[in-house]
Amino acid sequence: MSTPSHVAAHVHAPPQGFLRKYIFSTDHKVIGIQYYLLALVAVFVGLVLSLLMRWKLAWPNDPVPWFGDGPMLPEQYLALVTMHGTIMVFFVLTTAPQSGFGNYFLPIQIGAADMAFPVINMLSFWTTFVSFLVMVAAFFVAGGAPISGWTGYAPLSAVGEIAGPGQGLGQTLWIVSIAIFCAASLMGALNFIATTIDLRARGLSLMRMPLTVWAWFITAILALLAFGVLLAAGLLLLLDRIAGTSFFVPGGLVFTDKPVPHQGGSPLLWQHLFWFFGHPEVYIAILPSMGMASHLLSTFSRKPIFGYRAMVYAMGAIGFLGFCVWGHHMFASGMSPYSAMAFSVLTMSIGVPSAIKTFNWIGTLWGGQIRFTTAMLFAIGFVSLFVTGGLSGLFLAQPPVDQPLHDTYFVVAHFHLIMGVAAIFGIFGATYYWFPKMFGRFLNEGLGKLHFWITFAGVYLIFVPMHLMGFFGQPRRYAEGTAVQFLSAMEGPQQFVTIAALVTGLAQLIFLFNFLWSLKWGRKAEAINPWRSTSLEWTIPSPPPHDNFGGRQPVVHHGPYEYSVPGEPEDFIPQDAPPRPAPATGD
Amino acid sequence: MPATVIEELERAAVGTGGRGPARRDGGDGDDARRRAKPPTPRSAYFTGLVLGLAAIFMFFIALASAFVVRKGLGGDWRSFELPGLLWVNTVVLLASSLVVERARRLLRTQPAARFGAWWSTGSLLGIAFLVGQVAAWRQLAAQGIFLATNPASSFFYVFTAAHGVHVLGGLAALGYVAARGAAHQQSTGNLSADLTAGYWHFLGVLWVGLLLLLTFGR
Repeated sequence: MSTPSHVAAHVHAPPQGFLRKYIFSTDHKVIGIQYYLLALVAVFVGLVLSLLMRWKLAWPNDPVPWFGDGPMLPEQYLALVTMHGTIMVFFVLTTAPQSGFGNYFLPIQIGAADMAFPVINMLSFWTTFVSFLVMVAAFFVAGGAPISGWTGYAPLSAVGEIAGPGQGLGQTLWIVSIAIFCAASLMGALNFIATTIDLRARGLSLMRMPLTVWAWFITAILALLAFGVLLAAGLLLLLDRIAGTSFFVPGGLVFTDKPVPHQGGSPLLWQHLFWFFGHPEVYIAILPSMGMASHLLSTFSRKPIFGYRAMVYAMGAIGFLGFCVWGHHMFASGMSPYSAMAFSVLTMSIGVPSAIKTFNWIGTLWGGQIRFTTAMLFAIGFVSLFVTGGLSGLFLAQPPVDQPLHDTYFVVAHFHLIMGVAAIFGIFGATYYWFPKMFGRFLNEGLGKLHFWITFAGVYLIFVPMHLMGFFGQPRRYAEGTAVQFLSAMEGPQQFVTIAALVTGLAQLIFLFNFLWSLKWGRKAEAINPWRSTSLEWTIPSPPPHDNFGGRQPVVHHGPYEYSVPGEPEDFIPQDAPPRPAPATGD
Repeated sequence: MPATVIEELERAAVGTGGRGPARRDGGDGDDARRRAKPPTPRSAYFTGLVLGLAAIFMFFIALASAFVVRKGLGGDWRSFELPGLLWVNTVVLLASSLVVERARRLLRTQPAARFGAWWSTGSLLGIAFLVGQVAAWRQLAAQGIFLATNPASSFFYVFTAAHGVHVLGGLAALGYVAARGAAHQQSTGNLSADLTAGYWHFLGVLWVGLLLLLTFGR
């Protein structure tokens, strides 16, 4: 891998000016930080949107901050739902763990100086940035943000402003933004895969790659295959809106007494195309966090990861099966019971690799010398949330159970735990772990633990009651249930969840403060390898030099998780440590 | 995507300028933190090309499956006669591929005489294909068949336009290689010519697939 037959004759010289160095940089480390900061901005925007929604749900008749003197209107609430979901899924869960940490650490962990295509990498970030601006612009145009949810279901999303105030320009901007995001993600995925295949250091065979690298690699394959489909779907949706085609809009549709001049299209076609992307997207969000959690659990247990190969194959299986189960999002769409059964069986079969991973995480912890750093706490928290959120997935994977639970808070609670919060915990764990490498200073551990415990308790206090409210029949996406008698009993639980969400949301300011404060005043990371980890990023200075390895070409002799190897002086062996002498034969 | 590959190649060209190769002494010089990065291996460019083609393929597969599903709904689907000109265009595009391939192989001999003529001819045939596609559109428009007339025509225009946009990208890459000339190619291991030719052949095969789908699926 590191000795190409022919080398294209160019070098990536260190940039000189501020713009080239920090703004339009082609350095994967700068781009990784740019992605991370974009996600950090996006996550606080998304968080504020969710708190505004929670406010409305708890006190439906009271004014909500920034929404005038009267109660929030239902369409305003739906706009918040749409933008919260879209921003969180695309600009946080897809951006931070994969594009952020992956960009920064994938090249270093495989011993490369940069991504395979640094210019494409830079374009990928700036395209994502433009996409974010276009998305946020939807708030500020006439009619405001769209109301069709992050899934943009047709025909609501396809017929224009006749369907609601945000369905005019706001929805168009939403589609354009998603299309731009698709292009950006495809460029990023291409880069990740080519880099992993062609730029690995000598000795770094596939089965010596850290599980983080495996996770980013598999995620990139999913992104490469999924985002093109979303792009195609978005193109057709846009044509339905602006060119009068009828891909997704059925004939004879009437909106508030006005007939829609379309014929014969299929809203279900949109659902199929969207979820063919959308389900892999769930794994695009969670797989990197699986990799990062595995990495942290092994490091801070001082034990090799339990069942390394099984972990790799399980991630591969989850990725593959992710393309076969999109129909389980559509059980309530009138799908044939035979199709539903096939999707159901395939969906539940994902429980097998998921269980393998869970047992292996626990097996890694078992008997380890566990160090409860903040990073480790978040990794353990990830496992906890993955199990809790995953188990409710088995409920929803069964069509007869899904029918009553569909479109209730049970679904909302399920996907927030498994896809949202679990992935966020992976991101937090990775942040506490890699911050010293990225910025040369530690995050404050005391504040970190405070942040962890409030967040960990908080997310369970938010989402466990929501499961129960789902059983009770609380529908999702309703701004209020005051006019429905059986829902009025939900007033207390709604207020409880809102208070839990406000407290948990405020606790994130601890993290933000810790992050900003530690950048300048955090304890200096004097040692190159403070966590005594094995992977290659811990063999180079913090932060790493422009070319990562200072002109050296690392050679890998060890697997990624050689902790507590008997007979060794240290309890870890860096991947590029000299090979151990072969055991002597005879005496 | 082709445009970005070109920018990568542009960097390759700039790198051959007076700055010389990266320092690879491995020492800890006083500017160790600012040492230049080693170049990207050639194999990565071809991995990147294959991955890019896979992504484009998935995009068209999504459109094709939408085509099959939408047609299966029946009802309002009205088939129409495809312009015969499309078959002429197909021949032109495939001929373009062959000519470009011939030019690419000429690069293996030193000096690559007539590379420019062959490569440019291939590129002109590519332009002729696009002109032909637009002419086919105009024929349909003259019959009153537009984008929104019927789902059958909607898909026809979507397929041809989406393919055409990719052809435009390919023409940009072809033009870039032609402009740099054979000597540049041979000094860089024919990298951009090989990549461009691979992309161009893919577009030819893709078009044949789309045309067969439109012909037999309509």
